[in-house]
Amino acid sequence: MTQVRVLAGTRKGAFVLTSDGKRDKWSITGPHFGGWEVYHLKGSPVDANRIWASVSTGWFGQVIQRSDDGGLTWEPVGNDFSYASDPGQHIWYDGTPRPFEFKRIWHLEPSGSDADLVYAGAEDAALYRSADGGASWTELTGLRTHPSATTWPPGAGGLCLHTLILQGPRIIAAISSAGAFRSDDSGQTWKPINRGLVSGEIPDNDAEVGHCVHHIEAHPTRPDTLFMQKHWDVCRSDDAGENWTEVSGNLPSDFGFPIAVHPHEPETIYVVPITSDSLHYPPDGRLRVYRSRSGGGEWEPLTAGLPQENCYVNVYRDAMAVDTLDEAGIYFGTTGGQVYVGTDSGDTWSPIARDLPAVLSVEVQVLP
Amino acid sequence: MSEIRVVLPAHLKNLAKVNGEVLLNVPGLLCQRTLLDALEERFPALRGTIRDRATGRRRAFIRFYACEQDLSNEPPDAPLPPDVAAAIAARKDPFMVVGAMAGG
Repeated sequence: MTQVRVLAGTRKGAFVLTSDGKRDKWSITGPHFGGWEVYHLKGSPVDANRIWASVSTGWFGQVIQRSDDGGLTWEPVGNDFSYASDPGQHIWYDGTPRPFEFKRIWHLEPSGSDADLVYAGAEDAALYRSADGGASWTELTGLRTHPSATTWPPGAGGLCLHTLILQGPRIIAAISSAGAFRSDDSGQTWKPINRGLVSGEIPDNDAEVGHCVHHIEAHPTRPDTLFMQKHWDVCRSDDAGENWTEVSGNLPSDFGFPIAVHPHEPETIYVVPITSDSLHYPPDGRLRVYRSRSGGGEWEPLTAGLPQENCYVNVYRDAMAVDTLDEAGIYFGTTGGQVYVGTDSGDTWSPIARDLPAVLSVEVQVLP
Repeated sequence: MSEIRVVLPAHLKNLAKVNGEVLLNVPGLLCQRTLLDALEERFPALRGTIRDRATGRRRAFIRFYACEQDLSNEPPDAPLPPDVAAAIAARKDPFMVVGAMAGG
């Protein structure tokens, strides 16, 4: 029987939510790593029972945990995220140079072909790779040592590498607030891919780097088409990031964090508008997911089952995901501790958890 | 070689998969570095959680206490004060790794 497993990382631990394919009755286990911040959990596409977790606290630093039984038990693996070359410098908030310094792992991206291979995006922005199941990590230095890196400023959440899309030898990465980058040689060399982005918060609005990209997604069958939620603006590219076009259209606000692509309709995308960069909650206190069936430009609000008054939660960049069932499920978690599912492509929503700690990330696995 | 008692904070006990105090053999001179080296050797999962991986320095929100004294800012290679070393070596008092009071 088909089973759906939702992996939720929160401010105070990880939770595993499971259901059958109907997705109407859920069981919840956790907190795993109670009291630790779990920035991201993600399962291997090769071995669904292998799950990676980025676990950290301000007291004890960074730990990576791995489960090989679908989240029932966990073992710590390697956590040595040393730089493979001189740390170099980036720009600090006050405009002065500051050495790169490892703080935490924001995102884990398991390989689609090798269960022992996984990539990790770090704050300060750096990319790591483990080919031995997480026992050891090697930095792919080409990104952190890109000539533009000396000009990268941190976003409000830090100088974090938060988005990784693996497409064979091509890797797409996004950094707040440096922008989007692409490697065509498995992470050895990188180029900024921010042409067409316009950001009013930086002196040169269309600079090559310096944009605060919040998240990027791509449909597996359309690797050249990328959808981006930027600090402000929702954008798309149809040439692997060479050029971007704004597709915010009729959104009530084009500020937000996550963006998701429907699993079976590559031109159907989802965002959660947030009021503004200074008001991190939904416009008018109404939690609305917006869906575009035309790849952006024209958007419709999805409100059924979502609170439409007095709602002041946020949805973080890694806290939206989709399953791959025929009747596609869209999922997101909030800073208020709710995890919602829309099992009809988002037409109607139901809470599958209401009172978790603030949700930092949501990923979904469909198990045969 | 000294066999000493070490108390870990709850999160690190979980990570090391231990309950209660740890009995730890520390070779040579009793100082922060030899003690923590021995602790990490026995429990590799604790590497990076007490001392920063890159700098080797005590993490900001970690404290070291023993015999009602705060040893956190002692140099890592300095011998523990004689009265502390004697009490720890005799297992009268534990060496305590403590998560600092921070936040609300």
